[in-house]
Amino acid sequence: MAKAIEITPEIVAEHGLTPEEYQIILDRLGRAPNMNELGIFSVMWSEHCSYKSSRRHLGKFLTKGPRVIQGPGENAGVIDIDDGDAIIFKMESHNHPSYIEPYQGAATGVGGIMRDVFTMGARPIALMNALRFGEPTHSKTKTLVSGVIAGIGGYGNCVGVPTVGGETNFHKGYNGNILVNAMCVGLARADKVFYSAAKGVGNPIFYVGSKTGRDGIHGATMASAEFDDDSEEKRPTVQVGDPFTEKLLIEACMELMATDAIIAIQDMGAAGLTSSSVEMADKGGVGIELNLDDVPQREEGMTAYEMMLSESQERMLMVIQPGKEQLAFDIFHKWELDVAQIGVTTDTGRLVLNHKGDVVCDIPISPLADDAPNYDRPHVPTDKRDEVKAETIALTDLNAALKTMIGSPDLASRRWIWEQYDRHVMADTVDSSQSGGDAAIVRIHGKNKAVAITTDVTPRYCYADPHEGGKQCVAETWRNLTCVGADPIAITDCLNFGNPERPEIMGQFVGCVEGMNEACRALDYPVVSGNVSLYNETNGQAIPPTPAVGGVGLIPDLQHFATLAGAKEGDALILIGETTGWIGSSIYLREVGGSEDGAPPPVDLALEKLNGDYVRQLIRARRVHAAHDCSDGGLLIAATEMAMSSGIGLQIDRPAGNMALSGWYFGEDQARYLLAVDENSVNPILSTADGKGIKASRIGTFKGGRMTSNDGLDLALSDIRAIYEAWFPALMES
Amino acid sequence: MKTAVITFPASNCDRDARMALEKVTGRPAQMIWHRESEIPSDVDFVVIPGGFSYGDYLRCGAMAARSPIVKDLVEKANKGLPVAGFCNGFQILTETGLLPGALLMNQGLNFVCKPQKLRITNGNTRFTSGYGSTQEVVYPIAHHEGNYYADDATLNKLEKEGRVLFKYVGNPNGSARDIAGICNKAGNVFGMMPHPERAVDPLHGGTDGLNFFKSIIESI
Repeated sequence: MAKAIEITPEIVAEHGLTPEEYQIILDRLGRAPNMNELGIFSVMWSEHCSYKSSRRHLGKFLTKGPRVIQGPGENAGVIDIDDGDAIIFKMESHNHPSYIEPYQGAATGVGGIMRDVFTMGARPIALMNALRFGEPTHSKTKTLVSGVIAGIGGYGNCVGVPTVGGETNFHKGYNGNILVNAMCVGLARADKVFYSAAKGVGNPIFYVGSKTGRDGIHGATMASAEFDDDSEEKRPTVQVGDPFTEKLLIEACMELMATDAIIAIQDMGAAGLTSSSVEMADKGGVGIELNLDDVPQREEGMTAYEMMLSESQERMLMVIQPGKEQLAFDIFHKWELDVAQIGVTTDTGRLVLNHKGDVVCDIPISPLADDAPNYDRPHVPTDKRDEVKAETIALTDLNAALKTMIGSPDLASRRWIWEQYDRHVMADTVDSSQSGGDAAIVRIHGKNKAVAITTDVTPRYCYADPHEGGKQCVAETWRNLTCVGADPIAITDCLNFGNPERPEIMGQFVGCVEGMNEACRALDYPVVSGNVSLYNETNGQAIPPTPAVGGVGLIPDLQHFATLAGAKEGDALILIGETTGWIGSSIYLREVGGSEDGAPPPVDLALEKLNGDYVRQLIRARRVHAAHDCSDGGLLIAATEMAMSSGIGLQIDRPAGNMALSGWYFGEDQARYLLAVDENSVNPILSTADGKGIKASRIGTFKGGRMTSNDGLDLALSDIRAIYEAWFPALMES
Repeated sequence: MKTAVITFPASNCDRDARMALEKVTGRPAQMIWHRESEIPSDVDFVVIPGGFSYGDYLRCGAMAARSPIVKDLVEKANKGLPVAGFCNGFQILTETGLLPGALLMNQGLNFVCKPQKLRITNGNTRFTSGYGSTQEVVYPIAHHEGNYYADDATLNKLEKEGRVLFKYVGNPNGSARDIAGICNKAGNVFGMMPHPERAVDPLHGGTDGLNFFKSIIESI
């Protein structure tokens, strides 16, 4: 047994608790906590587990809708996709570990998000990600890119879940803090969704999966001498993933879930055994008593503190129906997993831990959740920026501009990345990063319907104007889903920001959340799950605000969808939406103009809905051969991507007018789509649009093998493709 | 006609293989668990699927090759039972010695997943006869250790005996002589890194793999 240690103010501070927070603990317990109890309070009240800086703002989100089965608050969100099928999904960050150890950090990020999804009864069917790295020339970037990509691939490929899409940006704002956000989408039956609320009294609690080791233990700053005289030291390390065990865990859980043996189930994620047991007990309003001697352990001499705070991977906790213990043992033994009954549910409302004959923790559970701090941190809004007029931004050589843009860090091909991901395993990937489309399409196994999935955010807009940027990231995912013909249903979010104790950072957070919420409400597009990652800063330098959004939609009939590829020789190129030539905060301004100034494009949510609903209607009516939204890089980049994807060149005819060329070709006005349609469809599409008050025009024709325009653009598609494909390999081989 | 797929811990293309077999035969494929000791005697064709059997720990395919079920598989294959291994299945078959050579780390050192063009170099076998005059097909590839290696004498022998059935068009992994798929001397055991089982559906990977399965099924 660890020797009784007096809790000093220094120990409290090392656990990340303020004196005020510690006083609440003293009040609730009526005594000083022991080290185990302090450790448990500290992780449960950490920013990561308690959302103490963000909670009051997240409460504003639209979280309900006709298809929402479960909103935020469980391991993942659940939506109804008809026929008794449900989709369960969530996105989560693994930023800090990925910066320290990119392979394992990213791999365990993927493993963790998969567990959140299969914990609820869903078989994972797709993985996505949203990645941010520092500037390409930064000394660490290459190593981080190669480690993170290998880690994501190494984990997902082995488990056998396809990684079907994602997004990657480079910016100096991430030099000291990269972002690795992983998303998992799973498929379940709507009447077989599993929740985490423990129920009943005297029900057995099972531990299954990998053994518990000393990895990822909280309290890294704690000196071992103060904690335990034993020579065995605490060895906090980055967690190491074992996708092989994860695969076995998925199959074993799926097998057990097909029976009626499970009352409640929760994966051991952040704060491991502590948060899983506390959350299960708290949600079910019961107590939990654990015998830590029975926890499968990887190392000898582990203390209660270490076991409760370990973040060893690939572990699950479940409450089993009495009488079904043997059934559970048999299934886990079949899959050769460690399994043990480590406790029971009680009616005391307390968390009681026994270890080596002693009671090493005995605390009420409700304060861990109910009394967690909930701060209203001061926040100041970001100053509005002036517009940048396209007329002031020259565009003289369209050929040179397109070459610069298509070979720039944020627009160049990501082939180097996605060729390292198995995109086809499970045999239901209809479309993935391979075609570069706006959303991945994954068929519901054995059925003629599919889910569309996308991740997106434009951090430079969020930095310039958090509110508009917040609207934009939600709207862009909605647009991405629309482009493949899906009904957008709901989102998950991963809110990555700097230090919330700084009012200007908190202002970014509040601005983005409010903007996102406005878009969610305007588009009937609720938030069903998410994660907040704060303190992404180094030496006082915060990352750009990066609220990554993962959107999911339904394609009800696989006869009616569109992708980026598919334009045919002779097809007309139609532009839906209004072009004002908005150049502020655009990629063109940054890459060609050398400036990151300007207000970002405003997002008119009513217009988004009007234009998007029309595009989806046209796709469903099979009038569209290929579709793409105009986003990063504007119209000419979107058009070039369509041409490269179909392998057919494009003659662009810019309508007469006095708009600056830079604005027309590379402006980033929102709510715009490009469609490749049959010549015969042009007039009906334009006239229907006119009737609906939608701006639409024909701006080109697919033909031959060159990109041309009436403003002097004339480049072979093959030359453009060569530049587009060359950037990433050149970076990695440099 | 009865087909079967062996599932090892962390096989992950077992479902892909089952779907392909069921599509071509119109009958359910039997899933055989790695701990079983015998391939049922009425099974006519066995697929060893892709994945990461036993986590690819030790060496890809090494542990699977020593599992109880594979011991029986080797005996039956030596007596003529048709067997095909894709990806990890190919690695397992080389580890058993049913097929010569070994699969090393890709020359580029990265995992590589893409549609891969292949040239059919012997269309007159139980696994390729259904392709008729077709000389090129596209199957998806997805592997990290797919760089086929054998010594020159073995490679010469394979080529001379017509046992190289597929070669890569644009070598993705450094395989010796662009070799993608080979069979044993008797012609009943075949292995390749590409995934024909992921090319049987127009919505997913195309349909170039259908004739592979039709060939072997019709030969039985």
